[in-house]
Amino acid sequence: MTTLLYDGTFDGLFTAIFEVFEYRYQDAEIRNRENFQQENMFAEIHEVVTQQEKSERVLNKLEKSIGKSGINDLLRVYLSEDLELEQLIFSAVKQSIKHPNENILQNFANDDILKIAKICKSVSRERHRMTAFIRFEKMQDDIYFAKIDPDFNVLPLIRKHFKDRYADQKWMIYDLRRHYGLFYDLENCDFFYPDEKLNLNLYQEKFHDEEKRYQTLWQSYFTKTNIRERKNAKLHIQHVPKRYWKYLTEKYNS
Amino acid sequence: MNFDRIKEKLEILADAAKYDVSCSSSGGKRKNNGGLGDSSASGICHTYTEDGRCVSLLKILLTNHCIYDCIYCVSRKSNDIKRAAFTVEEVVDLTISFYRRNYIEGLFLSSGIFKDADTTMERLVRVAKKLRTEHNFNGYIHLKSIPGASDDLMNEAALYADRLSVNLEIPTESGLKLLAPDKNREDMLQPMRIVQKGIQQYKDEKKIIRSTPKFAPAGQSTQMIVGATNENDLQIIKVADHFYKNYGMKRVYYSGYIPVTVDNRLPAITAEVPVLRENRLYQSDWLMRFYGFKADEILDFNMPFLDLEVDPKLSWALRHLDQFPVNLQTADYKMILRIPGIGVKTAQKILSARQFQVLTIDHLKKLGAAVNRAKYFIDFTYGNPFLKHLTDLNLRKLILSGSQSKFQNQFSQQLTLF
Repeated sequence: MTTLLYDGTFDGLFTAIFEVFEYRYQDAEIRNRENFQQENMFAEIHEVVTQQEKSERVLNKLEKSIGKSGINDLLRVYLSEDLELEQLIFSAVKQSIKHPNENILQNFANDDILKIAKICKSVSRERHRMTAFIRFEKMQDDIYFAKIDPDFNVLPLIRKHFKDRYADQKWMIYDLRRHYGLFYDLENCDFFYPDEKLNLNLYQEKFHDEEKRYQTLWQSYFTKTNIRERKNAKLHIQHVPKRYWKYLTEKYNS
Repeated sequence: MNFDRIKEKLEILADAAKYDVSCSSSGGKRKNNGGLGDSSASGICHTYTEDGRCVSLLKILLTNHCIYDCIYCVSRKSNDIKRAAFTVEEVVDLTISFYRRNYIEGLFLSSGIFKDADTTMERLVRVAKKLRTEHNFNGYIHLKSIPGASDDLMNEAALYADRLSVNLEIPTESGLKLLAPDKNREDMLQPMRIVQKGIQQYKDEKKIIRSTPKFAPAGQSTQMIVGATNENDLQIIKVADHFYKNYGMKRVYYSGYIPVTVDNRLPAITAEVPVLRENRLYQSDWLMRFYGFKADEILDFNMPFLDLEVDPKLSWALRHLDQFPVNLQTADYKMILRIPGIGVKTAQKILSARQFQVLTIDHLKKLGAAVNRAKYFIDFTYGNPFLKHLTDLNLRKLILSGSQSKFQNQFSQQLTLF
C-alpha cells in the first residue's frame, strides 16, 4: 500500500490523484500531510508536490463526464473538511474514469456517491444559511463588518453572492474559526489572511453612531412581527438552530 | 429623524401587518448594476419568528388608519387601537438600512385604506418608485394591490414591484358580504386582471424586444382566511384552483383564523387557531402545483373536508388502492409521485438511480423516502413482503401505527424463543 501525502489544498489533492495514475499505484490512499500519523508501518510514503497543471488535467478530464456542477460538488466535499474527503473524492474519480460516458455522481445507490450527495447537501445548506444569517454591523469607517463561524469552510462559496448584492458599500466577512476573511473595497473583493487573529474585544466601541439604533429597530420589528397565538418553539429552533444565535442581531437578548 | 417615534410607529405598523402570511422573496429577476441589492437568485429567509414563520421581507403597513370596517381585521375602523402612519421617506430609510445589514431581502408594503383606494395606492407606488429610481435598489418589493385602485396606478405599480397581491380573505362571496359589508369582490378582481394582462403583454413583448422593462416579474399571490366563516375545504381548494388557472397566481396562501374580536358572526375569541387544517390545505395546494393532482381528485362532494388524521396524498392512495402497487423500476414519474411517502426530490433520485441498478427497499430508505408509508404501495423487481397488506382492511390503521405490522409480530415471537 502507498500513502500519498498532499498539502491540504484542492489542487494538491488532484495532483495526488494524478500521481496515483502516473505511478500506477494499485493500492493507494491519499492523506493530508498536516494531520497524518503513520498507522500502517508497511505503507510506503509518497510525498506529493502540488502542481496546478496536473490538477487541471484531472479536473478537465472529469468535467467531460460529470460536468461543471459535478466539479462543484467535489469542491463542496473538499470544503466540508470531512475526515473522509480524500477517500470520497478519490473514489468518485476512480468510478468516473471507469465509466467515462456516464455521470457517476447520479448513481445514488453507490455508498460513496450517496455520501458525496449528502455532504454536498450539508455544505450547500450551510452556505445558504450564511447568506441568510450573516449580520453586518456598520463601523465608524463605514465598513459593514460581519463575523461568522460556519461548520464548513463556506466563505469561498458565498463570495459571489455578497459581491453581487452589496456593490455600493464596503464590507468585510471574517471567519472566526479559520482566521481569514473576505473584504470588498468598492472595487475588488479579495480574501485576506491576517498574521494574528483579529482582536474583537471592544469592537462594539467602534460602531458607527447609527448602528445601535438600527439594531434596536430590527429587534423590535422581530418581536412585533411574531404571532403569539401561534407560538411554535420547536419549529423556530429547527429553522434557526441555537448555534447560530450568537451572531443574530435579533437574538442578542435571548 | 426622531428615533423613539420611528420605533413606536414600526411597532404599531409591523404588529398590524403580521397577519399577512406571504413572505416569499423568490421570483424577482433584478440584477445589481453597481447599486444596492440583487433579487435574481432564489429567495432567502433571513430569520424565523418564534411562531416558526420565515422572515424574508420587512413587512409593514404604511398606515393602519382605515375607512373600512371588516370585522375579521384588527385595523378595522371601529376598533379602538393606536394608529400611526409612516412617511414615504421613513419606509425607504428603514428598507435600505435593514437591507444593508443583511436583515432582509426587501420590502412588503401593505396599507389600511385612508381616504380612498387611489390615494392609498399612489402612496405605495411612490415608496417603490423612490427605492428603485433614487436609491438604485434592486432588492425585492412586494406591494399590496388596493381593491378599487385605478388601472393606471396598477400598471405603474407593476413596473417597480416584483410581486403584487390582493387578499381575497374570505373564500366565498356570501361570507365576504357577511364579514366585510363595505367591500365587494369585483373591486378585488379588477386589479388582479390588470396585472395579469400586463404580465402576459410583457411576456409577448419580451420575445421581440429584449429590453422591455420588467413587469411584476414574481407574479401575483393572494390569501384566504380559513375558519372565520363556514366554508368547507372543497370550496377553498376549488377557489385556489380557479385562481391558479384563470389568474395565473404564483401562490395562494391559507391563513388559519386568529380570533381578534368578539362578534357573533365570528368564532369565539377563545377558539383555537386551526393550524392542522391549514397545514392539510397547504399539502393539497402542493399536490395541485407539483404532484399533478386535480382539485376534484383530492376532495369531492361526498368528502368535502380534508382528512385531518392522514395527509391528502395518503388519503387519496387509500381511496384508490386499485392503482397500486407501483413498480419502482418501470413506473413513470407521474405515478411514482403519487406513492405516499415519496416527494419530488426522492422521485427524481429514483429515476436517475434506477438506470444504474435494480432498486431495493434499502436504497429507497437511503434516497430519503418515508419508507414506513411507501413500503405498502411499491413493488420491487425482487418482490416486497409488505404488499400482502395492500388488500388489508386495516391498512390505514397499520400505517398510522407505523411500526406495528403483523410482519413484526411474527418476528418478535421468534425472538421470544431464545
